Parts: sequence; structure tokens; C-alpha cells
Amino acid sequence: MDEGLKSELTKQGIYVVKLEQLYNWGRSNSVWPLGFGLACCAIEMIAASMARFDLSRFGAEVFRPSPRQADLMIVAGTVTKKMAPQVVRLYNQMPEPKYVIAMGACAISGGPFKQGYNVLKGIDRYIPVDVHIPGCPPRPEALIHAFMTLQRKIDAQKVFGPDRAHHFDADKPSEFPIPLYGEHDLVPAKNPNVWEPAVVVR
Amino acid sequence: MGAEKHPYLFLLVFFVMALGFAVGPLILAALWAKFVSPQKPGNVKNSTYECGLESKGDAWVAFKSEYYLYAILFLVFDVETIFLLPFAVAFTGLSVGAILAMLIFVLLLVEGLAWAWVKGVLTWK
Ligand code: SF4
Repeated sequence: MDEGLKSELTKQGIYVVKLEQLYNWGRSNSVWPLGFGLACCAIEMIAASMARFDLSRFGAEVFRPSPRQADLMIVAGTVTKKMAPQVVRLYNQMPEPKYVIAMGACAISGGPFKQGYNVLKGIDRYIPVDVHIPGCPPRPEALIHAFMTLQRKIDAQKVFGPDRAHHFDADKPSEFPIPLYGEHDLVPAKNPNVWEPAVVVR
Repeated sequence: MGAEKHPYLFLLVFFVMALGFAVGPLILAALWAKFVSPQKPGNVKNSTYECGLESKGDAWVAFKSEYYLYAILFLVFDVETIFLLPFAVAFTGLSVGAILAMLIFVLLLVEGLAWAWVKGVLTWK
């Protein structure tokens, strides 16, 4: 539709949107997170949902206790290797469309415990992460910023056509392999379809 | 006014609208799932939800009904209190027949308690 005509109509109080925009507008403003905290970052996540920071302004205050009703997994805290299979399983049990925010240095890379033998060096080794937030811990504002970033991402997702979002595509997986406890490490150590180690050039 | 309206016509209209309200979104959701957003069931997704852990055994287990029995026994005392209080207040002015009737009523309730006691319901296992 012609942009000029569209803005002309908007001035008259007539809003023209595509079905896609309407659909994305609706779901980007009702993202329900999974009530799921792993370590200290979870406290900041809780603070973000409380009165001072008030995540409900973005339609996201409904923290669901069951993955069946959640759209967003906020991985808030240190993912130990003991916990990683559970995180992936919970992610698998969430219905599509689902999103992941990796909150804090621990969730994105292992953070201060990166050298620890029992800490997973980033949850993006197993599940696709939409927004990474650095910080230890990130302030609630940072989480809110991540949230708005996610909303923009949802708003831009295509519903039809070849480049449509992955949950509209029946061939794209909605479940990811759950790692097992191996002798020394999780097996496999990463999901190569989701994550490849960065090549370090010295 | 044209044709005669049936006095309960509005009920039918209400019913149809309520049905449409309830079923309409379900149909829309089913159509959306069929044509746009495919369902992707899987083994893990369909399994019993248990805080991320694999559930052991079957989720369809029988629960003990002991608390339920206690709740029923509570009713014995509950009903008794409701009747005993006015009975005590009006006691001096009652006829012999009324007192006998009341005693029989209390006896019936006590019988229930005695039966439960004999059955061993009162001991929590
Ligand atoms: S990033 Fe810092 S605040 Fe967050 S879980 Fe790790 S150690 Fe705690």
C-alpha cells in the first residue's frame, strides 16, 4: 500500500494494517515469561516485574509456573551442567512461538564462573537465544531493554512467505536435543545446529 | 410491531451468541493452526511436565482419601452444633416429646461417629 495514502488515512483516524502486523502487535504485547530463575540474576528479574520497574507495562508481568503457558524463557542466572538438561527440556516443553532471553554474564558465557568445571559456558550452546544481556547482574532496566528488543524482533517477524518466522515453518524443529551427563562433561558439549564456537584469530 | 415475538426468543438469541463467543475463537485458533502456524508435537513436549526433570512412573496415581473422611466426620459435629445450641437455649420450655426427638437425633449422629471409630477412620496412617 502506498505510504502517502496510508499516512493520509491515519490523519483521518483510519488505520490500515496488514494481518501480519496486527498479529505481531498482539503477541509482542502479551509475551508471558516462564517463572524460572537460576541464580542471583533472577532477583533482578523479579525486581523488573515488581512495582518500581513494572514489566506489566509491556504486557509481560504474567509469569507462568508451567512451560505449557509460557512464550518466553528468561534464563536468569548461572546454568550449571547439572541444570542444563532441565533448561533444555523446559524449553522443549514450551509451545511455539517461543523466545529466549539469556540474562546476565553467566547465562551468555559462564560469567565469573567460566573457568568452573561445572558451569555451562552459555546456554546458547543448546537452545537458540534471541536476546543476550551482558552484566553481572544486569539491572532491571537492562532486562526491560532486552524485552523491548524482543518486541521489536517479534514485530518484524514474517507470517507468510519463504522467510517466515521459524515457528510457522513445519520443517523447522521446535525441540532441541537434550544433553546427557557424560563422564566428564555434557554429551554432546554443544548443539552444532544452534551454536558454533567463534574462531579466534591471533 | 410486526410479527408476534415469542417471549423467550431473547433466550435463544443469548444462547446462540454465547455459543458463538465460546466456540468462535476455538474455531479460529484451529483454522490458524491448520493453515498458518503448524502444530509441532514431540516426545518431550508431550511428556508430563515436572519442573524440567524427567518424570518417573505414571502421573495417574491414586491419592489416599483420608482427609476426605475427616471432612465428612467434621460434618457430624457441624450439624450437631447448629441444632444443639437452640436446643440448649430452649431446653427448659420443651415438651418431653421434643426432648426425646432431639436425643434420637443426637444418637443418630453419635452412631455415625462410633461407626467411624470402630472402622478405624480416626487413626491417621
Ligand atoms: S551474571 Fe552475575 S548476577 Fe547474574 S547469575 Fe551470574 S554471577 Fe549472578
